Amino acid sequence: MGSFLLKRSGVMFLTALCLTFIVFFLTNLDPNLEKLTKSEGNQRMTDQQVEDWLVKNGYRQNLFKRYGEWLGVAPGWTRTDADTGKVTGRCLKGGIAPEEASSFCGLLQGNWGHSLVFKEPIGGIIIKKLGLTGWLMFWVMVAMVPMALLIGVVAGMREGSKTDRTLSTFSIITTSTPEYVSGVILIVIFASRLGGLRWFKGTSASAMDSITFENFFLPVIALALYGMGYIARMTRASMAEVMTEQYIRTARLKGLSFGAVVLKHALRNALIAPFTVIMLQIPWLLTGVVIIETLFNYKGFGWTLVAAVGNNDIELMMAASVVAVLVVLITQLISDIGYVFLNPRIRVS
Amino acid sequence: MERLGGFEIFSQVMWNFAPVWIGLIIILGLSVHYRNRLGLYGKLFDSPIGMAGLVLVLFWVLTAIFADQIATFDALDQLSGMKNKKPGWPVTDQEGRHYLLGGDNLARDVFSRMVYGSREVLIIAPAATLFAFMVGITLGLPAGFYGGRTDTILSFVANLVLAFPVILLFFLLVTPEIRADGPEFVLWGGNKWIASVPNLMALCLFLFPIIFFVVLWVSRYSTQPQKLAIYLAVTLVLGAWAYLGLVFNADPFGIFYMDPNLLNIFVSVVFVNSPTVYRIVRGVTIDIKTRDYVAAAQTRGERPWYIMLWEVLPNARGPLIVDFCLRIGYTTILLGTLGFFGLGVSPESPNWGQTINEGRKLLSLYPHLALPPALALMSLVLGLNLLADGLREESLKD
Repeated sequence: MGSFLLKRSGVMFLTALCLTFIVFFLTNLDPNLEKLTKSEGNQRMTDQQVEDWLVKNGYRQNLFKRYGEWLGVAPGWTRTDADTGKVTGRCLKGGIAPEEASSFCGLLQGNWGHSLVFKEPIGGIIIKKLGLTGWLMFWVMVAMVPMALLIGVVAGMREGSKTDRTLSTFSIITTSTPEYVSGVILIVIFASRLGGLRWFKGTSASAMDSITFENFFLPVIALALYGMGYIARMTRASMAEVMTEQYIRTARLKGLSFGAVVLKHALRNALIAPFTVIMLQIPWLLTGVVIIETLFNYKGFGWTLVAAVGNNDIELMMAASVVAVLVVLITQLISDIGYVFLNPRIRVS
Repeated sequence: MERLGGFEIFSQVMWNFAPVWIGLIIILGLSVHYRNRLGLYGKLFDSPIGMAGLVLVLFWVLTAIFADQIATFDALDQLSGMKNKKPGWPVTDQEGRHYLLGGDNLARDVFSRMVYGSREVLIIAPAATLFAFMVGITLGLPAGFYGGRTDTILSFVANLVLAFPVILLFFLLVTPEIRADGPEFVLWGGNKWIASVPNLMALCLFLFPIIFFVVLWVSRYSTQPQKLAIYLAVTLVLGAWAYLGLVFNADPFGIFYMDPNLLNIFVSVVFVNSPTVYRIVRGVTIDIKTRDYVAAAQTRGERPWYIMLWEVLPNARGPLIVDFCLRIGYTTILLGTLGFFGLGVSPESPNWGQTINEGRKLLSLYPHLALPPALALMSLVLGLNLLADGLREESLKD
């Protein structure tokens, strides 16, 4: 187990490095830097002025060196102005004296940079926005997981029955309805004049202060429905497979009732596979979160990502990407470990 | 002139889809008649789910083919006085013509835009999926067959792409800036080519179909030089022609051409889909290579690539066909997502995701703007998923 964990963590670490470097490269392409310069300076800067500004602010160093600086494993750049003798540098922003400043100031030192859009330190923004998205994810999980498992177990319990066919078709329908479609349909039915029901609100902006059933139901359900179908189908397949096992037949022949067999013998083994799927669903929900937060104007992590991309806020984009990549990798790791823990048949050597 | 009622709208829409109904009846009639000779496709008619899926998919395919006959207006026509009008509203100054599903924010016909939107999706999604399969198969077969270091390296790269949040990748990769950034090269005839990230990706990814077919022919016909020469010549000429046109935009005859924006989207979608296909092919190959017929081929002294392409691949077709259907659906959703975030093909294009995005801003006032494309997208994806389910069920029965 120890060596398995070590190997997995090593691969994960390497993946995280590669991915953040790719994001760093893509966010720091020349056109983006030019836009950044012009928004920091002014829109009518000449090419030469832009170039000067970029050189002066350390953007024209080797890409790997800059990535190292950003990460906090290479010393931040410093530059002494030839005319005034004033020292500027990556770690000297915000008027820190050169003598007091540390030589490393990157992600690892907790320096996430400063957002252009929000005019705030990024660390605080990310934590706040993740909190908001955390609530969304929490309620999505609360709605999605029990519903999906229930549908999957009931459908897989008697494979090929009428209940199975109905529930399977239902889960296919939900997997075919991406969030932006189900969101639109739900808003039309439950929150517009045409639907006439007006039970819920079509926007969740007010849910950022206090979550109520009225302002949070639609986004949660739209997300949960799309994710649910897949888990339900996995659970169904797993359940159907378990139901054909010898020990289930033995239990039935022993005289146990069908319900007892399902609950006591089948369920435990049938839920191993869905566990991994549920964990892997979290990164997959990320796209949905971005869509739903935009659609319902809920200013969480996904909304922030869209805002950062739309406004060319490079440092915020980087920070958001790091968080997204970490979420993906950590859930993958947990799902791997969980699978090994839950399934005694898999021996890790 | 009067506004049409609900029933009249319905009957007129149905009437406009007449070419589709006729096409459906002909195709389904012929298929049912010859079902015994049609293999897996014929067996599809035994499963109600698969058949429902087939009908939905055929409906949209036929709609895309006959879009010019079905649509009542041009997708870009803006008629005065029709802004945000309700379904069935009569067109000003044109006797007897109506906006069947209303007018959008720019006074265009919602119905016609929905119909033309099917064309956008049904050209890009299957083509992108096909390319993703070429890439996935060409890399997945050797990874599964040889294992070892080839497998380790390729799988690491595939997992790398898979760990990338899709939406982030699209935000970074599909931008107008990225297309114009990079060293510029002057090609023959004054054509220019920019070595930007999407163009470089196209350079690599579009090579795979050519590699695939060349290896396919070489591994099979290496003992028949004459046949091999013909197949290779055809593949290389066609491949190079399309490659020049699509990657460098330098097709001397101007047939193969892709708008830079479209190319960017296409390449990104292929890039996102390939690793998943790779994983499936690799898994199936690992399973199949232990079979007896592979051992028999090895004993016969067949080369590894012959075994991979002519023994393993044909026997892996079941899961691959099923995944192909699912993947077209997924790609449709991805394209919709791109459109939803304004990263679509072009600002006016009637693609569904983009239309939904435009409509959602006015959703509570004018729900008829976003609803038709939303339902269209959903029904197409649903059709593909049902079809995949039916195919899986029928192929398992063998």
